[in-house]
Amino acid sequence: MSELCAVTGVGQTHHDAERSDLSMHGLVREAAVRALADAGLEWKDIDAVVVGKAPDQFEGVMMPELMMADALGAVGKPLLRVHTAGSVGGSTGLVAAKLVQGGVHKRVLVVAWEKQSEADASWVLMMKIPFAAPLVAGAGGYFAPYIRAYMERSGAPKDTGIKVAVKDRLNALKNPYAHLKMPDITEEMVADSLMLWDPIRYLETCPSSDGACALVLTAEDALGSCEKPAWVVSTAMRSEPTMFAGRDGVNPQAGIDCAAELYRKGGITDPRRDIDVAEIYVPFSWFEPMWMENLGFAEQGEGWKMTMSGATALDGDMPINASGGVLSSNPIGASGLLRFAEAALQVRGMAGEHQVDGAKLAMGHAYGGGSQYFAMWLVSSDKP
Amino acid sequence: MAEDPITGIVCPIRLDYTITPGRAQTRFLRGLESGKLLGQRCPATGKVYMPPRGSSPTHGLPTTEEVEVADRGTVTTFCVVNLQFASTVREIPYVCAQILLDGADIPFFFVVQEVDVNEIRMGMRVEAVWKDPSEWGPTLENILFFKPTGEADASRESYKEHV
Amino acid sequence: MRDVAVVSFAQAPNLRSDRERNEVEIVMPVVREALDSVGLEQSDIGFTVSGSCDYLTGVPFSFVMALDAVGAWPPIEESHVEMDGAWALYEAWVRLQHGDIDAALIYSFGKTSLTDLDKVMSCQLDPYTLMPLWPGAISLAGLQASAMLAAGTVSEADMAAVASHSREAAQGTPEIPEAEGPADVDDLLSRPRVAHPLREHDIAPATDGAAAIVLVAGDRAAEVCDKPAWISGIDHRVDTHAPGNRDLTTCPSARMAGERADVGRSHIEVAEVYAPFSHQELLLASELGLGDGVDVNPSGGALAGHTFMVAGLARIGEAARRIHDGTATRVLGHATAGPCLQQNLVCVMEAAR
Repeated sequence: MSELCAVTGVGQTHHDAERSDLSMHGLVREAAVRALADAGLEWKDIDAVVVGKAPDQFEGVMMPELMMADALGAVGKPLLRVHTAGSVGGSTGLVAAKLVQGGVHKRVLVVAWEKQSEADASWVLMMKIPFAAPLVAGAGGYFAPYIRAYMERSGAPKDTGIKVAVKDRLNALKNPYAHLKMPDITEEMVADSLMLWDPIRYLETCPSSDGACALVLTAEDALGSCEKPAWVVSTAMRSEPTMFAGRDGVNPQAGIDCAAELYRKGGITDPRRDIDVAEIYVPFSWFEPMWMENLGFAEQGEGWKMTMSGATALDGDMPINASGGVLSSNPIGASGLLRFAEAALQVRGMAGEHQVDGAKLAMGHAYGGGSQYFAMWLVSSDKP
Repeated sequence: MAEDPITGIVCPIRLDYTITPGRAQTRFLRGLESGKLLGQRCPATGKVYMPPRGSSPTHGLPTTEEVEVADRGTVTTFCVVNLQFASTVREIPYVCAQILLDGADIPFFFVVQEVDVNEIRMGMRVEAVWKDPSEWGPTLENILFFKPTGEADASRESYKEHV
Repeated sequence: MRDVAVVSFAQAPNLRSDRERNEVEIVMPVVREALDSVGLEQSDIGFTVSGSCDYLTGVPFSFVMALDAVGAWPPIEESHVEMDGAWALYEAWVRLQHGDIDAALIYSFGKTSLTDLDKVMSCQLDPYTLMPLWPGAISLAGLQASAMLAAGTVSEADMAAVASHSREAAQGTPEIPEAEGPADVDDLLSRPRVAHPLREHDIAPATDGAAAIVLVAGDRAAEVCDKPAWISGIDHRVDTHAPGNRDLTTCPSARMAGERADVGRSHIEVAEVYAPFSHQELLLASELGLGDGVDVNPSGGALAGHTFMVAGLARIGEAARRIHDGTATRVLGHATAGPCLQQNLVCVMEAAR
């Protein structure tokens, strides 16, 4: 038994380094109210609320959805809280989709958020933990060696990451909700920015943002007046251990398997041909070519060619992160759901200036932990 | 009359934790007290984990067999850190590397010093620089950093499964 | 809905301080036992989901390391809730409704001895108005007990009777090896108060532990288990947060979840309710309509040993165990979260499919 599920409402905040104009409650409501308005629904129409965010230490409140139950419109309803590291936004969307597909609920509100300015996120990420290896160098220090290994393996040109960094920031100029707005960005500017974790430069990293994203997911018989649903045609999630002997941290098996399952369920045989646009979780620019290979958009060692040829640009044959992506807005807990939401906006034809013409099938992708948690979905303008 | 909005309040939080390393990590930490690096073997695959965390992550089985590994190994990949973190006192730039110790089947992160950041490379052979034994305790901090051994680089083939 | 059953349950002993083992070492044997007892391997499991709390471990992403206990290779379909394992079980039950997989593994863990649980619980309160006061879970529960005493819905002797029963039930069980010694009501009432009106016996001792459950759907359940505990109803609801905005003598979310899970359709023989304070067991019994003749918390319940993040999943497991051993045919497991029973989950299980 699997019911059809569609995205009928999408909402997001204006993401920024510090939304000091809003409380945590206000932040989630800014996104949720927009999603409800888009779906033509009111709070009372919602059957259940699913919330996702990254570690609670980021805001200093343990299980904050409980103290925000009223603001989330959840009182008297089921309220679930998902936490799967960086992939959490995507996982949260999938938990909600399963509630609808499983025939449990008709209309589910999904909210994923992070208000990093409430506490000190870098302290949280670099907390000294007894008995662990003493070195701490932040998320970039963890991922940079894998990027170096990718560069060495693929022989990619050294400016591949720079190209991605510029492309995504130019895309962000077309997205009214994006955090970073850098109209003057150039390849020279990125190349000249501080080399934080060689080979990662400052402008090749994502910002730290406050923001939220909300979706309304609806069963087929509860679409109401929605004229442009985005149908969920396939979902997949996979996890693997953080570290184990023989692990490929550049091209993780969990990502390969997750994509394979996603394509199998969605009837996709050639993702680059069949999928019109994809929103991929790229927190460091080099992850674009790495994920192109991991997700089967390119052959092994050739992901960089898609970037360098312009294939991943807004007007390319496989636009990646038309919204500006994680490189332009990164409210951690929401970043995965934003990918899923942007995919839905594309197939609904509602992406505004960053709309990819004629997009009918779109992919949302999120990953987390040490490149070990993956969550993905495919949405379509056509009913499956 | 509109009042100035309050945009934040400071709510200090202090929570104290007593972290327990567990049985398997205790054996590893006891080894460090006497300058030994004790990996643990996965009973299913035979792979040696270093540092061990008490289980074979691929099989969910306890790792009970200790295997001493060398305090020297090969840089499988690395990055050069140019960012000052409040929680570290190291001078920038410094090298953070994945090091595959001889006898282990998984690389682990450590700092490499006494090397020009332009000289560090994949395949470079490095060895641990320990604190004076009088300062040793049950901690990986007994190792100050790794430094190049001057040996010829390891072949790509010897570590390609570990990046 | 698709028929889904609890086919196995394992839990670590609830210890005041399991100083020797870390979380992975506590979880690993429990997961192994839950799988082995029904002859399943990780490769038979279609979905794995866990529940835990980063504030309890003091470390962000603490569930990531715990994944080392399950053998997630080749990669598995897996998720995590920052909630008691009972809600992880709910997510697994939903996942099994899809029909493409037949078995799910659920586990949760909590090591309360790492820190001061009562203090940590303050951190889940409204950060603008409540958390800065650091009231702790015990003080808030004291307010609730006072309200109930003032309303006359419970007496201190009723509360002591709950505690007396819990202690007696837990005596000699491997699950609660450090149970408090037996004591009758008069004895308990003669003891000093800890936080008015609560006495020590009204407050659950915090413990370390872990639990795991395997859910199997359809005919497959009967193949791996002689007496599957079929889930006939499961629901969860949440109330408003601020204790000052609620009538603490009631628990609307528990009542609603109980109604949605159809508790009242026929007689419940055994109910395991997650009540870390004595008066809460009485309130929950009332809101869930558990009248005379219902054996409430025959395991001793969370009041005998409270492993935060695990106690709810363990209640479902303890209740299911009574179907597995043939001593009951219709049982209830309950879980709660948040200050003063803010959020509640009810799972009704039956021997008949």
